[in-house]
Amino acid sequence: MSEIVTTTHPTDPLLRAERLPHIWCPGCGIGSVTACYMSALAESGLPLDQCVVVSGIGCTGRVAGYVNLDSFHTTHGRAIAFATGVKLANPRLQVTVFSGDGDLFAIGGNHFLHAVRRNTDLLVVCVNNFNYAMTGGQAGPTTPRHSFTTTTPRGATDQPFNLQHLAAALGVVYSARWTALHLRQLKTSFSQALQLHGFRFVEVLSPCPVGFGKANDLGEGIEEMEFYRAQGVVDRRISPAEALIEMSKSTPLPLGVFVDPERQGNGQAGPAKGADGVVGR
Amino acid sequence: MATLASRRPIDSPRVVRPRGQVYTIPVRCKGCKFCIEFCPEDVLQESPQMNSKGYHFPMVAPGKEASCVQCGFCTLVCPEMAIFTLEVTGA
Repeated sequence: MSEIVTTTHPTDPLLRAERLPHIWCPGCGIGSVTACYMSALAESGLPLDQCVVVSGIGCTGRVAGYVNLDSFHTTHGRAIAFATGVKLANPRLQVTVFSGDGDLFAIGGNHFLHAVRRNTDLLVVCVNNFNYAMTGGQAGPTTPRHSFTTTTPRGATDQPFNLQHLAAALGVVYSARWTALHLRQLKTSFSQALQLHGFRFVEVLSPCPVGFGKANDLGEGIEEMEFYRAQGVVDRRISPAEALIEMSKSTPLPLGVFVDPERQGNGQAGPAKGADGVVGR
Repeated sequence: MATLASRRPIDSPRVVRPRGQVYTIPVRCKGCKFCIEFCPEDVLQESPQMNSKGYHFPMVAPGKEASCVQCGFCTLVCPEMAIFTLEVTGA
């Protein structure tokens, strides 16, 4: 049978469906990441009235307005600070911070450092699109070197943050990187992170055709998704320090779970072993 | 010596290829074509029709009406929550 035209979607009860279609551009991946997070949350068995989403400012900052949960749209860069307050006021809540790379790592960078230092019980989801998309495509803390943005017309000169290395060096409990194409793996990572306690970090690379793709030979959203399919590699031998994103067609794009409480090696301390090699004595 | 063709998974007679039915919400579509490109069975194509914003939404390609295997990837990859599949049972 050919397709059936309808008006409601199975994920609509998890979203504020009356606000759809959302504001994100054609080819942007934030909508897929939001739906993926909400379906992982629904399958986790956590009571949805005990779950909170906190967002900062930016394109990804609009996630708080579309999830059908108690949510909080905060000032620029302060999402983790507000989320820490929510968690302290009611420690039973499952608090998720959903924000972009510019909000979390430029203006909000210090909050990230100190929230990890305190091992605050938060899940932080960073949708990384390599630029400040909402304000017109300026260079941000994750803009790869030699990339063109409206503020780097001759190519970015500065070294970008490798968010996985940053998170691993600070000592997060869980850290993963996927793309808006690797949604089954992303959903598994959300499910794993929701079962853990302490500071958990999930980075999701998303196409940004308007702010980043068109100026950098990545074209429309579909072409950037093809780039993720062609260049993405999942290799557990790649350490977080080596997982720099270059967004070049000649270098692989390291993806996967980089910090995991059950993983050993790559310089990370695994679970403590007793003299007989049994974990957890 | 047994040929490779004789090496079948022992549960293959019991495994049924699932069938899916595609549902679309054309008014939400923004024409990114993710569902069309990443469908593993190439079930979808752009519709010649447009929605109210002028985007060509997806439709099931002619001859592919029975090809959906209910993998659900279009449901996952659609950023607009504008397409989903449900399993066809019976028949």
